[in-house]
Amino acid sequence: MVRISTIRRHGRSIARFWSSSLAAEMEYQLNLLIEVAATLITLAGSLFTLSLFFGHGQKLGGWSWEAALVVLGIYTLLNGFSSTLLRPNLGNLVKQVQSGSLDFVLLKPMDSQIWLSLRTLSPWGLPEMLLGLALVVVGTIRSGARPDAPALLTGALMLLAGIAILYSLWFVLAATSIWFVKIWNATEVLRSLLAAGQFPVSAYPATLRVVFSTILPVAFLTTVPAEAILGLATGGSVVASLVLAGFSLLGSRALWRFALRHYTSASS
Amino acid sequence: MTSALRIARALFVSQYALMLEFRAEILLWALSGLMPLLMFSLWSGAPAGAAAGISPQAFARYFLAAFVVRQFTVVWVVYAFEEDNLLGRLSPLLLQPLPLVWRYAAAHLAEQATRLPFVVGMVALFFWAVPEAAWIPSPTRLLLALLAAHLGFWLSFLLQHAITMLCFWSERASALERFLFMPYLFLSGLLAPLDLYPEAVRRFALLTPFPSMLYLPAQLASGGAIDAVAGFRTVAVWLAVLIPLNLVLWRAGVRRYAAMGG
Repeated sequence: MVRISTIRRHGRSIARFWSSSLAAEMEYQLNLLIEVAATLITLAGSLFTLSLFFGHGQKLGGWSWEAALVVLGIYTLLNGFSSTLLRPNLGNLVKQVQSGSLDFVLLKPMDSQIWLSLRTLSPWGLPEMLLGLALVVVGTIRSGARPDAPALLTGALMLLAGIAILYSLWFVLAATSIWFVKIWNATEVLRSLLAAGQFPVSAYPATLRVVFSTILPVAFLTTVPAEAILGLATGGSVVASLVLAGFSLLGSRALWRFALRHYTSASS
Repeated sequence: MTSALRIARALFVSQYALMLEFRAEILLWALSGLMPLLMFSLWSGAPAGAAAGISPQAFARYFLAAFVVRQFTVVWVVYAFEEDNLLGRLSPLLLQPLPLVWRYAAAHLAEQATRLPFVVGMVALFFWAVPEAAWIPSPTRLLLALLAAHLGFWLSFLLQHAITMLCFWSERASALERFLFMPYLFLSGLLAPLDLYPEAVRRFALLTPFPSMLYLPAQLASGGAIDAVAGFRTVAVWLAVLIPLNLVLWRAGVRRYAAMGG
């Protein structure tokens, strides 16, 4: 059983980690300007691309323009989350396997998966998260949906489930660097495939829809949370998302334990 | 002349051997360029595509061509150069009696050769999955498309090389590469054929160098309507701007070079 004191200790350490990484990153204030500019340009470009699908009053996979904005908003939010936590931390994991400093992490009196997943926080994804959230709000209001408390709660829950699935995908990929040392390119593949989540999953042909709800669960990352907020989610997809999130987290945990048994440190 | 050819051959062969060692990595990079095929699957079913009068078959050909062109126009010189600079590998390379740019250019061409079998496989797979899209471009169009794709590669190489030269002034010049990639992503035609863009945006895009890197060769290869003369004129204008710019930056940069830590 996990003891309360252990959780408290981990929480305190993570708060320290994050405040120190924030302080370090604040040395590069020009970066903030660059990141905000880049985020705004990317969002403008994505909105433009999305708008092309709605020319001549058309719909995309049964979604209206306003509803599709919610999907794009959640995609932007998750992208910002990836740059804030997933990419910096899991990139480090790969580096630590390569350089052998993973040994020191394993010796720390802290859970190694938690340490590796939450050690740093890069604030440069925060503008993207805020813009994504704003887009979700704008899209929801303009689509005419008036989500009540249960719909908002389901939406938040589905978003958390999406984050759990996204985290597990990244972590599993990074953890395989224990076996395949040079894995970082594979994250580029993952990133490019996740870009499919910018659009509602019903816009894709049937075969891809199946792929996106099973092997590469893009549907649960953006479409299902958007449906939940708009009050369109079916009970089946909500349950499926929660089950998948639970399995992904457990799976990432199991894989990490298994990987550590195979870990022989660098140069040995 | 023969000695230049000999150097070019030696450079290419050695870089090709080097790239073959990294073929698994290159396969992963190649796989990360699947965006055009994803966009094909969206556009072929989107009512907006049909409303604009573009058939699913035309989309299939355009995006397959775009996928192939993209594979042979990927440029990463800024990352390679920055790493060489930061790790101090630049100094011995600069001593060689050969302008550095040729080494990086040869590495890019060798990488393209490494991608070739993968691209052929993907095209075959695509035609097997979407047989109604299979086509053979006319010889003229094919030749023009190959020329346009190769010139498009040089355009993106020179554009990124100009940013690369800023490595002589800053340690993190690669951060600026995103500001090239973003306009490329939205203006090159990677996400939608430019014919679907509103007229004003399309005209603006065609003034930039980005459609020359993708839209022009893809449209030529897939048999779509294109003003090839105007397209190649844009390429020529941008080459005429970028070649002198790169020379000026290179000369100024090398004069400033003091090795890492110096």
